[in-house]
Amino acid sequence: MNNKIKKIIPQLITLLFVILVFAFFSINASINMDSRGIDFGFGFLSQESSFDVQFSLIDYDGSYSYYRAYLVGLLNTLLVSFISIIFCTIIGVIIGVARLSPNYLIRNTAAWYVEFFRNIPLLLQLFFWYYAALRVLPLPEKADALLGVSYLTIKGFYIPSMIWNNLDIFIYSILASIISIIFIRFYAKKIQETKGKQIPLIYISAAILIVLPLLSFLFGNVSLSFEIPVLKKLAKTSYIFEGGISLPPELIALVLSLSLYTSTFIAECVRAGIQGVGKGQREAAASVGLTPNQVLKLVIMPQALRIIIPPTTNQYLNLTKNSSLAAAIAYPDLVLVFAGTALMQTGKAIEIVSITMFTYLTISLAIAALMNWYNKKIEIKEK
Amino acid sequence: MYKYIKQLFTLAGIVSLLFVFACDNMGGNQSKGKSKTLKNTQSKGFVRCGVSQGLPGFSNADASGNWTGVDVDVCRAVAAAVLGDASKVKYTPLSAKERFTALTSGEIDVLSRNTTWTLSRDADIGLTFVGVNFYDGQGFMVRKDSGITSVDDFQNGISACTNIGTTTELNMRDFFNSRGISYEPVAFEKADEVVAAYDAGRCDTYTTDKSGLAAQRTKMQNPDDHMVLPETISKEPLGPVVRQGDSVWEDIVRWSLNTMIEAEEYGITSSNADSMKTSDNPAIKRLVGAEGELGAAFGLDNEWSLRIIKQVGNYGESYQRNIADPGILPDRGPNELWTKGGILYVPPAR
Repeated sequence: MNNKIKKIIPQLITLLFVILVFAFFSINASINMDSRGIDFGFGFLSQESSFDVQFSLIDYDGSYSYYRAYLVGLLNTLLVSFISIIFCTIIGVIIGVARLSPNYLIRNTAAWYVEFFRNIPLLLQLFFWYYAALRVLPLPEKADALLGVSYLTIKGFYIPSMIWNNLDIFIYSILASIISIIFIRFYAKKIQETKGKQIPLIYISAAILIVLPLLSFLFGNVSLSFEIPVLKKLAKTSYIFEGGISLPPELIALVLSLSLYTSTFIAECVRAGIQGVGKGQREAAASVGLTPNQVLKLVIMPQALRIIIPPTTNQYLNLTKNSSLAAAIAYPDLVLVFAGTALMQTGKAIEIVSITMFTYLTISLAIAALMNWYNKKIEIKEK
Repeated sequence: MYKYIKQLFTLAGIVSLLFVFACDNMGGNQSKGKSKTLKNTQSKGFVRCGVSQGLPGFSNADASGNWTGVDVDVCRAVAAAVLGDASKVKYTPLSAKERFTALTSGEIDVLSRNTTWTLSRDADIGLTFVGVNFYDGQGFMVRKDSGITSVDDFQNGISACTNIGTTTELNMRDFFNSRGISYEPVAFEKADEVVAAYDAGRCDTYTTDKSGLAAQRTKMQNPDDHMVLPETISKEPLGPVVRQGDSVWEDIVRWSLNTMIEAEEYGITSSNADSMKTSDNPAIKRLVGAEGELGAAFGLDNEWSLRIIKQVGNYGESYQRNIADPGILPDRGPNELWTKGGILYVPPAR
């Protein structure tokens, strides 16, 4: 028997085995479901859901289908993950850099922060922020205005909403400034490569980003006004704010706990990344005459990022999956809306749980793919 | 080469084993004559019963882990009937979300957890409701100082706390929609979380079955600060549930419940059950096992119903002990016998 077949046979056997195991579980499930009179099928997705959801990014009420309810939950999961990823990255980078600060107080405060928040279970932190911290917030009628226009109350955080006139022109102006910044960057790089001259890119970019949208206000007939939340009486002692945007306390508690918890891990990734770049690199860069800023930007960060990105990807994935703890505090995410209420109302446990699992898998793989692409971009290019 | 043949044989062995397991399951639940669930229960020595995670009056565990309540009494009645001892029950506390999966997957054999009997639950998801042990309806709780005295006082923007995975969520939508009121539903997974959120002021109203409201009110920091509005917005017949496909077991659970209600109708109590054996009324004699062969139909002896009455008591005793005495709902309302103005009416045991 030749070598090729010898290599293939064990793989075929393994494949066959995997298929048989799956077949066994599917057959077993279908027999059991049959004997208990449970149908299998995805037809329920188009049925009317007939339940409402507290908070939704798209138009939704009970007259929409279960599929729409799934989208509502999915978008809420993505929203809370997205906001938390941004916050935890910002906090994480600051804390990570602070841990390397030469200042004793800053360094140790950062170390305490990390040890404190990463060693308390996330669910407990979630309950703390929701039940303990948010519950000491005032009732709407007793809330003081923040900056005169926002109200932080037990029923939510009410902020003014923006009412745009000719919003599309404003967006075009921002797009135009981004495109021109990209062109200027190309041009600057070319100048540097051919003439060795450096252009103050940051100042030019900032100027364009401010001036162009400003021009749209002056000449493009763009205007912006604010709708400020107003207190409304519901009953003798119960009030609510109307108008503006209301962020439910569930969302705030979830974002707070997810970003504080995950930021500690990111801080450690950042610290490891910076410390992972050899001391000699910094010294060598300084010795060729680069300024401290250039050393950081051109020598340290590109190398540190290679160490930081892969473990940070893991943290982003963890954060997204951890967002399913939302169900504990009534934030209507995918698990609460779809794998919770919809599962109960339809009884389609196997279908709904597999859709939910598949969805989380897809989200995670998408984040991983994005981060891998970024990692590829910054990794050492062998020439 | 020999190595691969050996591998193949091992694999074939594993696969055939798997299929033996699969075929074992194919036998289904229904063997002729005796119920498979009954057989399993008797060989295990306890009834596996799904209850709530703590609802005073219905199913609630005390500090030492003893379960009490009218829902618990249904399970105890089944245990008395099939095992001869009402205490031989293993309770599994379940959230509203978990309850049906636990039953259909065979983790429990009776679900007695303030569960509303609806068409879709009965027909769709492999369950069978065996009867009603509490007639309930959905209501609203509000703070007394809010000045709300009726559902007519509700206004746009009201926030309502409730449980997910309940009929409550659906009724609430129907109710607010029909009145054209916009509302904010805040739905939690556990009842305790709902109560905590409402108690802290997150919601203006807390909505669930009225019996549940009355029971949960006792758990609040200041029960007197809250009141249940008089209106009832839905029908909520609560009853025990079994898996579809084992009709004998279904009958046992149904008639265990019916026995308790019928015993009250004929005035048989846990204390006078033995003396009723010599009664002149044949209906009473049948119920205490002194006449007829009623148990044989289920594969049980003839004293099954007598044991239920002696060990658990009749429905009235159970209600008094669990719901009226702790002050949850002293007035039986619709849960009074049909002969006394209520709607409890069960088919005759004969």
